[in-house]
Amino acid sequence: MSVFDQFTEHRDLLVNLSLREIRGQYRRTALGRLWSLLNPIATLLIYSLVFGVFLGVDPGPGEPSGLNVFALWLMCALVPWNFFNAAVQRGAGSLVENANLVKKVYFPRELLVTAVVASGATTFAIEMVVLVVALLLFGGTPLLWVPAAVVVMLLLVAFALGLAWLLSVSTVYFRDTSHLLQLVMMFWFYATPIVYPLSLVATFSAEHTPQWLPVSLLQLYELNPMTRFVEVLRVLLYDNTWPPADDVAYCAGVAAVAFFGGYAVLARFRRRLAEEL
Amino acid sequence: MTDPQPAVSLQHVSKSFRLYQDRNQSLKAALLRRGRSRYDEFAALSDVSFDIETGSTFGLMGRNGSGKSTLLKCIARIYQPDSGRVLSRGRIAAMLELGSGFHPELSGRDNVFLNGAILGLSQNEMVRRFDEIVDFSGIEQYIDQPVKNYSSGMYVRLGFAVAIHVEPDVLLVDEVLAVGDQSFQEKCLAKFAEYRRDGRTVVVVSHDLTSMRTFCDEVAWLEHGRLSDLGPAASVIDRYADTAHAESYESRDGQRFGSWEVRVSAVELLAPDETPLGHACTGEGAVLRVHYEADEPVRNPVFGLSVETLEGHVLWVSHSRNDGISLDLLAGPGSIDVVVTHLMLQPGVYDVSASITDYDVLHFYDMYRRCMRLEVHRGPYNDSDGVVSLGSRWRAGAG
Repeated sequence: MSVFDQFTEHRDLLVNLSLREIRGQYRRTALGRLWSLLNPIATLLIYSLVFGVFLGVDPGPGEPSGLNVFALWLMCALVPWNFFNAAVQRGAGSLVENANLVKKVYFPRELLVTAVVASGATTFAIEMVVLVVALLLFGGTPLLWVPAAVVVMLLLVAFALGLAWLLSVSTVYFRDTSHLLQLVMMFWFYATPIVYPLSLVATFSAEHTPQWLPVSLLQLYELNPMTRFVEVLRVLLYDNTWPPADDVAYCAGVAAVAFFGGYAVLARFRRRLAEEL
Repeated sequence: MTDPQPAVSLQHVSKSFRLYQDRNQSLKAALLRRGRSRYDEFAALSDVSFDIETGSTFGLMGRNGSGKSTLLKCIARIYQPDSGRVLSRGRIAAMLELGSGFHPELSGRDNVFLNGAILGLSQNEMVRRFDEIVDFSGIEQYIDQPVKNYSSGMYVRLGFAVAIHVEPDVLLVDEVLAVGDQSFQEKCLAKFAEYRRDGRTVVVVSHDLTSMRTFCDEVAWLEHGRLSDLGPAASVIDRYADTAHAESYESRDGQRFGSWEVRVSAVELLAPDETPLGHACTGEGAVLRVHYEADEPVRNPVFGLSVETLEGHVLWVSHSRNDGISLDLLAGPGSIDVVVTHLMLQPGVYDVSASITDYDVLHFYDMYRRCMRLEVHRGPYNDSDGVVSLGSRWRAGAG
């Protein structure tokens, strides 16, 4: 079975499972789907206040867009991160959560994980549309860069999906994975230039990289794929220019490795899942 | 509609499970032990081979732990056999647990589509079958309610309706035949008959020998993960019943318990003239003959019989002591009759349970629940609904 069968042969099931995720998530809450917007707005306000106002983080105006709104600058990275974080964490738990289904019915198990990520990607897409509208209102010109941003978003989805496949199997064998993952994600968040600009790390690296180190601290920092993803999206949407080609290539590379590697792991363990759960 | 190609072919299928001594699902435990945890291999299936003919209704039987459900899961591709091959033709759908995959917060409608998709139907096929499914389940009014508000009966009925309308080439059923009330059961049986006419294959796992006997063409009997017998339903079930009977001392599966000095070997339905009957008729006479076998002499036992509906409502209980019958000493095989002058049960299917107790009805030698299915057909009365018949007639012009 090829990795793409999920999106062709089993498309109806994928759509149904994704709808189950989307519809089931906010049932019986007074505000319903509004929650999916309220949460990011609340974090946006908090981070803007803490980092933008109190700590005075100043990323400087977008070049060449000229935009200088901290909240928008933050959103360009925070929205992709929120998607990534939720997709990986919820995707990782999805096989265990649906143990009963896996043990009682045969269907391609990976679809459970894929559906969770797909439902997250839907929210992601909606939030990005809101972001683009906001950027337009504040005088940015992101529209020209939207097609490129969509491609990068798809790469990010593939990256998250691959990790979720891998971690969902790991969670079946080691339930610790979900707790460990929470810690890792918290660390990862601050290891990615979301609430502070990459230039801060560049300055620090220029001043503090030890002589004996063959690479700079910045180069090490940029090994983090999420650094590249949020930077590329920020350059496209906030600065309105072309991102460095090597960043995009790096994104595409890690996305491909995660996507095919994660699927290969899942495919290898797929047959034993029903009895291991 | 016989097709020379088998619907399912099992070739030397073996499957074993790991029984972990301490299941290390924490990373710490795995790291401390550096890799593999200790486990015992438990062979659930060893070298099972047989074919299931296309268009047949096939039964899998055996005691608890004999591997029949594991085999069913292997056919359903939920488990992958360790060695050997499972070949199958066409679409397979398994009814292992009804309504698994229902999302409690979603409406019945959404869940029907979701469940259908999980069982392998496309969106278009589901749209076409939706009305039929809802109609079959009999819960039209509630279809837009979240399923968490459903009663367990409604939940299972909806699950069954979806599964049976998938119309797979091979349908796998695990102990789910006793679902719903009688009219629903009749609908299910009619649907299964339709499956048979259409040349679809049905594989059933069940403990219920009576329904297996009427339902299945061929039966495979599994014993400790090995194929013990295979052949026409009636003969295999008879052999199985004999063996199971001889070993019933150990059976404590909730259906049956007792100290086994004397055992109920069978309950038989006879006509008033003592010829064997397949079914009884409302308002007519019948004899229920309890066959027993006493391994040790037992003094003054009391026989009991009860009739209940399939949902478990007890309709009638009677003990031999009620009629002042004293049996004195029981030894070896024998039988005792309950003579029913007019069977006042409405058409339907009932469970008969039999018991043998001491004179005080405190100690059970054998309590055999649901040892027989009693099928009642329409008699001379034209009642509309209900369980009992009052043997009544309408009369006009009394006022």
